[in-house]
Amino acid sequence: MSDISTWDILRNLLLAARWTILLSLVAFVCGGLFGLIVLMLRTGRSAWMRRCAMGYIELFQGTPLLMQLFLAFFGLSLIGFNVPAWLAAGLALTLWTGAFLAEIWRGCVESIPKGQWEASSSLAMGYLQQMRYVILPQAFRVAIPPTVGFSVQVVKGTALTSIIGFIELSKASTMLTNATFAPFTVYGFVALIYFALCWPLSKTSQALERKLNVAHHGH
Amino acid sequence: MAYHFDFGSILDYTPVLIKGIAITIELIAIGAVIGVGVGIVCAWARSFGPKWLRPPVSAYVELIRNTPFLVQLFFIFFGLPSLGLKLTEMQGAIIAMVVNLGAYSTEIIRAGIQATPRGLIEAGASLAMTPLQVFRYVILKPALQRIWPALSSQIVIVMLGSAVCSQIAVEELTFAANFIQSRNFRAFETYFIVTGIYLLLSILLRQVLRSLGWWLFPKKVAR
Repeated sequence: MSDISTWDILRNLLLAARWTILLSLVAFVCGGLFGLIVLMLRTGRSAWMRRCAMGYIELFQGTPLLMQLFLAFFGLSLIGFNVPAWLAAGLALTLWTGAFLAEIWRGCVESIPKGQWEASSSLAMGYLQQMRYVILPQAFRVAIPPTVGFSVQVVKGTALTSIIGFIELSKASTMLTNATFAPFTVYGFVALIYFALCWPLSKTSQALERKLNVAHHGH
Repeated sequence: MAYHFDFGSILDYTPVLIKGIAITIELIAIGAVIGVGVGIVCAWARSFGPKWLRPPVSAYVELIRNTPFLVQLFFIFFGLPSLGLKLTEMQGAIIAMVVNLGAYSTEIIRAGIQATPRGLIEAGASLAMTPLQVFRYVILKPALQRIWPALSSQIVIVMLGSAVCSQIAVEELTFAANFIQSRNFRAFETYFIVTGIYLLLSILLRQVLRSLGWWLFPKKVAR
């Protein structure tokens, strides 16, 4: 068969996992910033912009991430860029993450009592000031558990970038399977590595949620 | 440099697209029904089942919720045959979707079950209902009604996730898209149109599930 030992498989998978982590971080940070902009539009004063943001969110939540990746990959090359897979992957994941985070955060912003908006408005604060000094600091606390929870989806979402040829954990596992003919071992390891990345995040999210609930009851 | 869009060339492949849509619908229809069934059984096991059954069910839920669907699919389709379990692409895809949705719906349904007031369960028991009857009539139905919106969006997410099944050569909508763009070399236009079809499918599926909710839970059940 082959002289690739189980240890070699694991070592190569762990090396490839670095790219999964890096891509997740990029997608999460860029998507978070972009999501903040979408959130501003979605909760802003202009009805027209609210509708645009709503359409954007609906579009990205209602279509498969895989299609978004294909469109980014082939769409960018259409405009004349010679796109490397990592760029298309980063762009698509950023747009996708942004849509989901904006929608999660909208719920958090809307959980802030209306009186806070009215009080800050009566202090002659503009929309951005209201958001910056009154609403977001309060929404932030509520937003942390679901945001950490969503980061799990981002890590899992990066697996799809293997299909457009970005070499991360999933792509590496397909390549290793082709070399070793041991799909059970390879995919088993891959699942465990993803689990090791995601499970702490899930648990943190749950713990934060419990803490927040306790804090609420304490009031 | 100027690129001329050509959406018309996709019209020649309408039958391929329709077949793809049909298989996507087939996948999600079978996957959703069995997946929610698995979810109900596992939610029962985690809440009321025997003590020894709870750790394995929790492990199943945590393992599936924290790994990508693509890896689950590959593990089932490529990994299991080495244990002697050979599957067709369609069987592999359906099993993967059932396993995936089963884990997510377990968590969702369990949340609904936990919101059942204790008094209701005691009232059921005092009417000489067996534990199974209490679960079936007193706990499950209101629980499902409570979490129906969350369950519906999870089913839509799994439907969108089924795009990945093209990777094991299930001839669903994304497979059709890959096939068409390899023939007409109009990758962007093809994926653009197929993305639009997915958007319509997800809006349609959400509507169907909402109607199903009205039909299943016609009256307000005591909360």
